[in-house]
Amino acid sequence: MDGNPPPILSVRELKTYFFPDEGTVRAVDGASFDLYARKTLGIVGESGCGKSVTARSILRIVERPGRIVGGSILLRRGSGNDRPTDLDLTQLDPEGPEMRQIRGGDIGLVFQEPMTSFSPVHTIGNQIVETIRMHQRVTEQQARERGVEMLHLVGIPNPERRLDEFAFQLSGGLRQRAMIAMALSCGPRILIADEPTTALDVTTQAQILDLLRHLQEREGMTIILITHNLGVVAEMCDEVVVMYLGRVVEQGPVDAIFHAPKHPYTQALLRSIPSIHATVRTELPTIAGSIPHPYNRPAGCPFYPRCQDFMPGTCDRNEPSLRPVGDGQDVSCFLYHPA
Amino acid sequence: MSLESSVRLLEVKGLQKFFPIRKGFLKREVGQVRAVDDVNFHVQRGETLSLVGESGCGKTTTARCILRALTPTAGQILFRGNTGTVVDVARLSKAQLRPLRRQMQMIFQDPFSSLNPRRTLFDIVAEPLVANRIGTRQDRVERVAELLRMVGLRPEYIRRYPHAFSGGQRQRIGIARALALNPSLIVADEPVSALDVSVQAQILNLMLALQKQLGLTYLFVAHDLSVVKHVSDRVAVMYVGRIVEMTETQRLFGTPKHPYTEALLSAVPKPDPRLRAQRIVLEGDVADAANPPTGCYFHPRCRYAQDVCRRETPRLEEIAPGHFVSCHRARELTLRGVAG
Repeated sequence: MDGNPPPILSVRELKTYFFPDEGTVRAVDGASFDLYARKTLGIVGESGCGKSVTARSILRIVERPGRIVGGSILLRRGSGNDRPTDLDLTQLDPEGPEMRQIRGGDIGLVFQEPMTSFSPVHTIGNQIVETIRMHQRVTEQQARERGVEMLHLVGIPNPERRLDEFAFQLSGGLRQRAMIAMALSCGPRILIADEPTTALDVTTQAQILDLLRHLQEREGMTIILITHNLGVVAEMCDEVVVMYLGRVVEQGPVDAIFHAPKHPYTQALLRSIPSIHATVRTELPTIAGSIPHPYNRPAGCPFYPRCQDFMPGTCDRNEPSLRPVGDGQDVSCFLYHPA
Repeated sequence: MSLESSVRLLEVKGLQKFFPIRKGFLKREVGQVRAVDDVNFHVQRGETLSLVGESGCGKTTTARCILRALTPTAGQILFRGNTGTVVDVARLSKAQLRPLRRQMQMIFQDPFSSLNPRRTLFDIVAEPLVANRIGTRQDRVERVAELLRMVGLRPEYIRRYPHAFSGGQRQRIGIARALALNPSLIVADEPVSALDVSVQAQILNLMLALQKQLGLTYLFVAHDLSVVKHVSDRVAVMYVGRIVEMTETQRLFGTPKHPYTEALLSAVPKPDPRLRAQRIVLEGDVADAANPPTGCYFHPRCRYAQDVCRRETPRLEEIAPGHFVSCHRARELTLRGVAG
C-alpha cells in the first residue's frame, strides 16, 4: 500500500433538508468528511445534530419530506489494477438498480433498534437469504449456507437453528448480532452502524463492540460508527467527526479530539459527561441552555447562544467554516480563523 | 455524621416479587419469574442509595414495590413517616397508603410520556396539591411558582403546555411535580437516561443541589455507572433479582468484591482513547429469572467460578464494615476497580 491512500468515501458540503408544512429543517447543513479504508470513523453529536440523517443520506434512504438539496457523496469503487471510479451517490436514483446494489452490496447498515429493524413475520433466515439473493446469483441453498456462516461469524450459537427463528425469539444482544450478520451477508466494504449499542446493556454493549472490532480486523472492513456515547467513540474510533445542529464543528484523530479539543462545543461536551473516574458526588460542569428547536436555528454559528467564548458581532452574524488547526484536525470556529 | 442523618428512613427486608407465567387457553400458571428475590437494604435519611444493574435485574420492580405501584409477594418495606412512626408499606391498604404517598414521590425516566400533553404546566405541577386538597387556588399558584424557581424554570411559563419544553426542561417539570408535597423520599427511575449528554449534567447537578437544600433522600435506579458514581453515597448492584454487592460508592468502584461488579465496571466505555484497556467481556446473556441456573446465578458467566459456585447459592455477607457481597470467593479474590 502506498503512503496516503485516497478516501473510499468522501462527503462534501452535504445538505439534507426536510420540508414539512411548518417550515424547513436543515437537518444536515454542509457536512464534509472523508472515510479511509479499514478505519473506523465516529460521527458523534446529540439529538438533532444530523448524524443519523447523514448516514441515511449516504444510503439514499432519507424519508420524505426530506431530501438531499446539495453537496456530493463520492464512493470510490474498483480496486487492484482497475482504475478506481468515483460515483456520486447523490446523483443516483434512490430506487434505481445501482443504488440498490450499493445498499447492502457496498455499504451495509446496522440500526439502533434491532427489534424494529427485522420483520416480525419472517424468520431471521428468510430475511438474510433474501438479502443475499438480491445481491448475488446464488441458489436458495447456497444463500442459506452463507446465512449460517454469517450467524456463526458474529458469534451466534446454534446458527442452523437460529436461522429459522423470529427476531422476537432472540435476546437483545443476539438480535443485534443477527442484524450485523445480515448487514455483512453480502460482504460490504463499508459498514454504517447507527447507535448499534444504545439499546443494549453495558455488558452486551461490550460484546457487540468487541465483535465489530474483530470483524474489522478479519474482514478488513471500514466502519462509520454513529453514536452519542463519547466512551464508545474513544474506544472504537480512529477519526472523529463532531456534529452540532447539522454542521461538522470539529473533526480529527481520536486522540486530538479527546486530548486537545479545539471547538468550544467539543470542549464543553467532554467536560460535562459523567465519568466513571470522577470523584463521588461532585458537581459536573454543564453546557448552558439546551439544543435549539430545529425551526429556531440561530443565525451564524449554531452553537453561539450556548458558547462560553461567544464573540458578539462575529459569531451571531457570520457562519464559520471548517478549517485546519493542526495535524489532520479541522475546526469550524472564529476563535481560530477570524472572520 | 449527625444523629439525624443516621436515621433509617427506609428499610427493605426479604423483599420478593414473583410474576406468574401463564400459558394456554385456561391461563394456567406454569411457572414464576422471580423478578425480585430476597432483597435487603436500607436508606438513611439524606443519603442517596443507587440500585444498578442490567435490564431484567429487578431494580425497577424493587422501586415500584417500595412505592406500592406493585404489591410485593413477600417481605417488609419499613418506612419512617413524618411523625416518626415506622410502618410496613408492604402491608398497608390503599386508604392507609394515601397519607404516605405524599412522603414518597417518583421521578420518571421518560420526560416525554410522563407529562400529560393536554395540561398546562400549572395543572401538572399543582396536580398533587389538588389531589390532596392542599391550599386555595392562589396558594397553589404561589407554590407552583416557587417550585418552578427551585428547579430552574421561569414562573412565567406556568400557562404553557409540555410540548413547548425541551427534554431537560420537561424533566425539571417532573422534578417540580415530585417536590410539590415536600416528600422525604424521592425514587428516581433512570431520571437522565433519556436526556442528551449536555443536559444530563444539568439535571444531575439540580438533583444534588435540591438534596442539599431540602434534605431529600434519594433511591436512584440507573444502569449507567458513570451517572451513578456522580450522585450516590452508596450503591447496590443487582443481578437476576438479587443484590450481589452493596457498599459505599468509592469503595464499590475502587475495590469491587463481586466478579459481576468488576465486569460491569470494566464494560463501561471510558471516554479516553488512551485508556483502551483490555476489557472483561462476559460470555452469554443475563440469566433467565424464570429459569435461573443452580448455585450462584452468575456462575455460568463468571471467570472465577469453581465447583462450589455451581452447587451452592451464596448469601449476602458483610465482608468488611458496610461492605456486603454475595460471592463464595469474595474474601480471596482481588478484583480490578476503576481509578479516580
